[in-house]
Amino acid sequence: MWAFFHRLGSPKWFYDISGKWLPWFGGLAVLTLATGIVWALLYAPADYQQGNSFRIIYIHVPAAILAQSCFMMMAVAGAIGLIWKMKLADMFVKAAAPVGASFTFLALFTGAVWGKPTWGTWWVWDARLTAMLILLFLYFGVIALQAAIEDFSVAAKASAVLALVGLVNIPIIKYSVEWWNTLHQPATFKLTEKPAMPAEMWVPLLVMVIGFYSFFAVVILLRTRNEILERERRTRWVKDIVLSKVK
Amino acid sequence: MKHPLPSADTPMASLWSAMGATLKRDLLLAFRRRQDLFNPLLFFVIVVSLFPLGVSPEKTFLQTAGAGVVWVAALLATLLSLDGLFRADFEDGALEQMVLAPQPLYFLVLAKVFAHWLVTGIPLIVLSPVLGIMMHLDGDTLPILMLTLLIGTPVLSLIGAIGAALTVGLRVGGVLISLLVLPLYIPVLIFGTGTVSAALSGLPVTGYLAILGAMLALALTLSPFAAAAALRISFSN
Repeated sequence: MWAFFHRLGSPKWFYDISGKWLPWFGGLAVLTLATGIVWALLYAPADYQQGNSFRIIYIHVPAAILAQSCFMMMAVAGAIGLIWKMKLADMFVKAAAPVGASFTFLALFTGAVWGKPTWGTWWVWDARLTAMLILLFLYFGVIALQAAIEDFSVAAKASAVLALVGLVNIPIIKYSVEWWNTLHQPATFKLTEKPAMPAEMWVPLLVMVIGFYSFFAVVILLRTRNEILERERRTRWVKDIVLSKVK
Repeated sequence: MKHPLPSADTPMASLWSAMGATLKRDLLLAFRRRQDLFNPLLFFVIVVSLFPLGVSPEKTFLQTAGAGVVWVAALLATLLSLDGLFRADFEDGALEQMVLAPQPLYFLVLAKVFAHWLVTGIPLIVLSPVLGIMMHLDGDTLPILMLTLLIGTPVLSLIGAIGAALTVGLRVGGVLISLLVLPLYIPVLIFGTGTVSAALSGLPVTGYLAILGAMLALALTLSPFAAAAALRISFSN
């Protein structure tokens, strides 16, 4: 365990091993997303109240879950970077922020599209929606801070602090639907209870969640690998890789 | 107090005297540049008076929107003053001495934030009933508005210190601070104005005030810590 943790400190080691992981995550992402989409859009039963418009949750719920967990991962990576000065954690924070922002936007956008036929409005100033909007702003803040500071390691540390401060927002989003009476329905998946919807509906959703996570892993690995190449461009091993590609 | 700043050559200086010295120095500096204190206040008053002119001067609208308008203006005025919280000290090197001082940076930051609140937050609270009357808030809700500002503005200063500390070494400071800090201000704004609208509709406000108090407790304990960490990061640049 500790040996693995220590090896994570070496960008070269990570570059090599992530190259081996990529096809697996990629394959899993393609497989689960393709199965999930087809299953959810064609075979899952329509909702007895909402009809077919409910199917947007197969994008909305995974995107929203990932938007929040990406921020938590960013904060954890930020803390690791601050405490153990691990370069890889810094790179993760930089790689994850725009991806997380995209998922947050996707969750908000699909929510609005679904809200129009169901609630009759694109947007309500409901606790969970507002909290997600704040999350989007926090992501933008991290991205802006990254862009404003030239020195890479200072930028990484500064955005790690911001991510840790912004972490306060995550429990607010999570529990907003339980603390306040809101329009937004409670969580779809809970660890302790069975989902409220029938299995034909939630199994494809679970497949989609796994698919989104694998897709996220692929994107993050690619972005981190690019970051490694850019930052370690003066080292021997990066030059060797580039030269071997040129030949 | 022999030294205006707690410095490494007085290691025996206790925490209290270091905090006191920082507070005294910041207050003194603020009063030497009085105009800088008035500018955010003028801004506060002007922004509030824009709403009746720009949206509607009707009494019913102003009564419902008044508290929110005063709160938003107070929030923006605080935001304007934040850039100066650390910048001058950063540029003349005083801040670096504080980072190097034997006393924990946490408490020195706390003292600086307290000074900032005394010179920006308190005047906003004092001015707020005047603006409240201009917004046709009645005599019962005015004290509630002041109370929410009394609990809320220290939170604004404390959270703002994190943003100011993160951007102190950067040239683009001003705009970036707003981007970093405003999302974190939203919960304070929601509960600050929520309290007043609850009072307007005759509902109990203690629950709202308790949440505002909880935010203050959280900000008081954690944000100087984050701001101190951010200052150290800014100095490693």
